[in-house]
Amino acid sequence: MAATNSTAKAKVGWGAANLIVVVAAAIPVLWLASLSFKDPSTLGDSRFIPAKWTLENYKGIFATSLFTRALINSIGIALIATFLAVVLGAMAAYAVARLNFPGKALLIAASLMIAMFPPISLVSPLFNLWRIIGLFDTWPGLIIPYLTFSLPLAIYVLSAFFREIPWDLEKAAQVDGATPFQSFRKIIVPLAAPGVFTTAILVFIFAWNDFVFAISLTSTTRARTVPAAIAFFTGTSQFTTPIGSIAAAAIVITVPIIIMVLIFQRRIVAGLTAGAVKG
Amino acid sequence: MAEITLDHVTKRFPDGAEAVKDIDLEIADGEFVILVGPSGCGKSTTLNMIAGLEDITEGELRIDGKVSNDKTPKERDIAMVFQNYALYPHMTVRQNMAFALKIAKEDDDTINRKVEEAAEILDLKAHLDRKPANLSGGQRQRVAMGRVIVRDPSAFLMDEPLSNLDAKLRVQMRTEVSRLQKKLGTTTVYVTHDQVEAMTLGDRVAVMSGGALQQVGPPQELYEHPSNLFVAGFIGSPSMNFLPGNLESGTIKTPIGDIQLPDEKRKKVEDHSGKSQGVVVGIRPEDFEDAELVGDNRDRGQVISAEIDVLESLGSDKFAYFTVKGERAVAKQLEEIARDAGAEDRTTGDGIQVTARLDAASKAKEDAKVDIWIDVSKVHVFDPDTGKNLTL
Repeated sequence: MAATNSTAKAKVGWGAANLIVVVAAAIPVLWLASLSFKDPSTLGDSRFIPAKWTLENYKGIFATSLFTRALINSIGIALIATFLAVVLGAMAAYAVARLNFPGKALLIAASLMIAMFPPISLVSPLFNLWRIIGLFDTWPGLIIPYLTFSLPLAIYVLSAFFREIPWDLEKAAQVDGATPFQSFRKIIVPLAAPGVFTTAILVFIFAWNDFVFAISLTSTTRARTVPAAIAFFTGTSQFTTPIGSIAAAAIVITVPIIIMVLIFQRRIVAGLTAGAVKG
Repeated sequence: MAEITLDHVTKRFPDGAEAVKDIDLEIADGEFVILVGPSGCGKSTTLNMIAGLEDITEGELRIDGKVSNDKTPKERDIAMVFQNYALYPHMTVRQNMAFALKIAKEDDDTINRKVEEAAEILDLKAHLDRKPANLSGGQRQRVAMGRVIVRDPSAFLMDEPLSNLDAKLRVQMRTEVSRLQKKLGTTTVYVTHDQVEAMTLGDRVAVMSGGALQQVGPPQELYEHPSNLFVAGFIGSPSMNFLPGNLESGTIKTPIGDIQLPDEKRKKVEDHSGKSQGVVVGIRPEDFEDAELVGDNRDRGQVISAEIDVLESLGSDKFAYFTVKGERAVAKQLEEIARDAGAEDRTTGDGIQVTARLDAASKAKEDAKVDIWIDVSKVHVFDPDTGKNLTL
């Protein structure tokens, strides 16, 4: 590797490629940030650097309960979904990684299949079903479909981690006198911590970003999450576009995710590669 | 301290495969017993059954006279060293060694004292607060031993504890293990596939093959009086030479020449099998000698002439390899050994390769004929079908 990368030409080439990728990924976000700081009157001026800086857009979205309530819903629903997915996923993944039980292959295939399902195809039936059984426009009404799609992911990631933990460690704990629960809690879980982090972040991002379920299965501020709520933004008057507010809201919900991922970046990377290399 | 008895113990897996067949073994209090055999012979399964990590399908396991088939590992009060050490990577050496004591809810002072003691014995004091990842292979191995001895259990079980070390360290640790076991006097069952380890460590060695016990005895006895072809071929390095033979009224016709058995042996062989039949002859490399150096013992043996292919001088002895024309000895148990050694196809041309260990003073030369003397009193004769040693 060192030899192929060391020539100046290769360095320039890789640098250019990286730059293109970074710019392509960052421009929309930066543009959004720029929009969020623009005064409503200059929104359409096509300039990257705002001519008139303002924080009005941010003040505006926090002034109404439309956004703040949605933010609470988003945080609550995403956290609960993440917690449940990690706990249930850890138990299922442990079983998948360690035990041989009838129907194991079926379970894995079924969970993979569910993860492949296009969410949009579930929306109409769920809409009807939820209204009939009273889950429409409630937190559980969103948490349940989020679990449906995030559990397979959680099981996959976590079982890869559990499989990496040598079985002999559990045997050693058993011989040392630990009960199965003690060895799970004191040996397995601490060792799988990076996997738990990885899973938690991935599930959280999925629930946090979801729009399809959030817009279809909610109707009021009771359970509407931020991505859905943004669609209901209106301008300060009938004649102003809400673009500034939308941009501000988008930035507000993106920044925490970016910060979180940056903080846990090392752990996630370690997690994603842990299944591949024996270490 | 405890004695361990395996009484007709069998392990059958759900798919019907028998990993361990009807094993009878009594291990005395304080004894060091080695289970040795090729991979897949059921030795680790046997150990796991003693530990309580595998269920026993049939038979009875008694620890200190008490039936322990259904006891948990905890109740059996045994400690185990695993092949890959199975150290808890997120704990320091101290925490690793203290884990079992913590689970047993001993008070902190006792735990600290015991860990310090064990660390002292194993020379780990300087490393108590390090994590296993920062230790060398030998140190990890010692931590694994430490985790076992802090508990002062009634028995130690060791599953190939030295196989992950490099050759030099392995020899060093072998002595260490032996010394430790003598010092503590704890009943120990030790599993290995390395027959050298088995010979050097154990009070008694139990040779296993295909899930069944082949022979149990002190190392020297196994070496000198192997009860069957498998034990004969497995124990000893370099291994015993096997030649096909035909027994005809006290004389065995073999590719290296006729071998006249001493009366005593001839009687035993004939008692077992009648006057004439096909046999397998086994001769250990050191039971050959350069005929010029034998002197007065010459009468006791027989001299053959051989052309040496390869001569290896080790300083203390010389190993001479020569080829004898003829078919190789065929027996089921020999195939098992060859399979384990990965040497199924190891033939030089279409002859039988023979290894002889000669005295360092021998003047034998490569590609030259030399007279080689065979000590016929040490020759073993086996039944090719059952593998049984007919000279016992």
